[in-house]
Amino acid sequence: MAGNSLDFKNSKIKDFCWLGLVAFLALLPLVPAVAADSFRLHVMILILLFASMSQAWNIIGGYCGQVSFGHSVFFGIGAYGAGLAVVTYGGTPWPGIAIGMILAAIVAIIISYPCFKLSGHYFAIATFAIVEIFNRIFLVWDWVGGALGLDYPIIGEGLGNLMWHQSKVGYYYSALVIFIIIFGTVRWLEGHRFGYYMRAVREGQETAESLGVNSSAVKLTAMALSASMAAMCGAFFVQYNLRVDPPMVMSLDMSMKFVLITILGGAGTLLGPLLGASVLIPLQEYTRALWGGLGGGVDLIIFGALIILMVVKQPDGMIGILRDVSKWASTKRSRKEI
Amino acid sequence: METFLQVLIDGMLSGMLYALVAAGLCLIWGVMDVINFAHGEYLMVAMYVSYWLGFLLNIDPLVSTIAAGAFIFLLGALTYKLIIRFTIGKPGLVALLATFGLAVLIKNLCMNQFSPNFRIISNTWLGGKTIHLGGLIIAVPQLTAGILALVVIGILYWLVNNTRFGWAVQATAMDRDAAELVGINTDRIYVLVFGIGGACVGIGGGIMPSYLAVHPEVGSMFGLIAFVCVAMGGFGSIPGALLSGLLVGVVEALAGFYIAPVFKYIAVFGLYLAVIFIRPKGIFGW
Repeated sequence: MAGNSLDFKNSKIKDFCWLGLVAFLALLPLVPAVAADSFRLHVMILILLFASMSQAWNIIGGYCGQVSFGHSVFFGIGAYGAGLAVVTYGGTPWPGIAIGMILAAIVAIIISYPCFKLSGHYFAIATFAIVEIFNRIFLVWDWVGGALGLDYPIIGEGLGNLMWHQSKVGYYYSALVIFIIIFGTVRWLEGHRFGYYMRAVREGQETAESLGVNSSAVKLTAMALSASMAAMCGAFFVQYNLRVDPPMVMSLDMSMKFVLITILGGAGTLLGPLLGASVLIPLQEYTRALWGGLGGGVDLIIFGALIILMVVKQPDGMIGILRDVSKWASTKRSRKEI
Repeated sequence: METFLQVLIDGMLSGMLYALVAAGLCLIWGVMDVINFAHGEYLMVAMYVSYWLGFLLNIDPLVSTIAAGAFIFLLGALTYKLIIRFTIGKPGLVALLATFGLAVLIKNLCMNQFSPNFRIISNTWLGGKTIHLGGLIIAVPQLTAGILALVVIGILYWLVNNTRFGWAVQATAMDRDAAELVGINTDRIYVLVFGIGGACVGIGGGIMPSYLAVHPEVGSMFGLIAFVCVAMGGFGSIPGALLSGLLVGVVEALAGFYIAPVFKYIAVFGLYLAVIFIRPKGIFGW
């Protein structure tokens, strides 16, 4: 599949499939069975949001090969950008979202520059440490609400405030727009020179450098891009939940969620984050709805067991399973032709 | 000055336990290049083992720490047999995520069975006893735990460097295939290393319920601090883990006392970043 990315005809078919999927997603709320049940719509919104968020992580973690566990910091910066604009300054979230995205990119460059000198587990643990530091700072920082966090006031609904109270359809379309922006960017990157640079750095940094790729510039740019997209998702997340506090957005568990979704779906592939999110998010939401209140932690027990099973059995992710199936189907077909 | 010394001693004592938790992780990391994300949860399970032995059978933590060590040895060996075995040779992230899943599983299993309540054993042999040294006060349970930690680290170091088993472990760490060729059963070495790494944290966790409350979240922070200690000490270096464990304990205590309690983890993780930016492979790394 990866080798075919130069194949023009093949990529056209692929894009056509994607457009079909987006059109299907756009028309979905018109189906009464989906729109009437607000829990179903809620799950759909979360799938789109976490697919987008994981795709943002996928830029640096999957395509560029730098496995960062620090993305909840950027997610949180975006969330606090929108939260502060609405709660503290009483305006619309839009300037906050823009500032949050820019700030996340700047913070990403500042903290990644020294971290990229580290290798393997040292890099991973450094990103853990950064999440913990940011989490504590936000917990005691009064300007951002400290440990209490920011609670949204009830204000008018609509696109101006990026807030809807009557139904979740508005949120659904906003999530779809984010989904299209991030997946579109990554699809464009896949065929672009920069996308090839990123993959070259992932496969072998020394080799890429010997061919004239400025690897640290590539990594920093990819990180900044990834961080600002993460901030956009974070801003949407807080607009959807109408509150923000440090453990909710800036925690290691949140970071792990982005990584897990991408890895379970298939890192470094366009489809992977969507696959991962559309399995993990319904699993998480439905187990929580079914057992969350009763058993205390049963949902997470199943979640944990499933993670172990998936990671151990198919480290390439679900895309690996799909690939196996299509390979099996094509060998079967070719056998028939003989 | 006296306050400073008091804080310093308290920091050293908690640092010794960090070092013990880190030493177990360090052995696993050094030999298999696997980050065991469930290490903190091992500690939590060990604390529960010791707590229930104390609560139901009235066994003192000093004794039940051995049982906790043995239990976590088995848990570690089982983890290797059921999970880690399948991740060897695959990218490092696979084992990390699999053990993360295990951590989520264990944590919520305990949450489900034992409820999130804080539990502590009250009437132990050493509970509440203190040693007065001039103006300094040293709590005996913490002191015992610290000494036990140092002894176990010493035994571990001796085991790895001075026994035939230890040489086999070192050979396996350097080159698995070559070790196989000279007749070392590397699969068995891996099982034992995972078990021994677990036993270290089991002993550490077993003695703790006499002065630290047990709850399902208690291990998470210890686990993170253990990662930091191991990475700061350097890849697979037990003296490195000891030194950085002590350093982390002292920095944590000083920052917590002189700045604000919430800053102690900022200081610890900041220290890690500062060290790792200067020496990207840790203090004793190469």
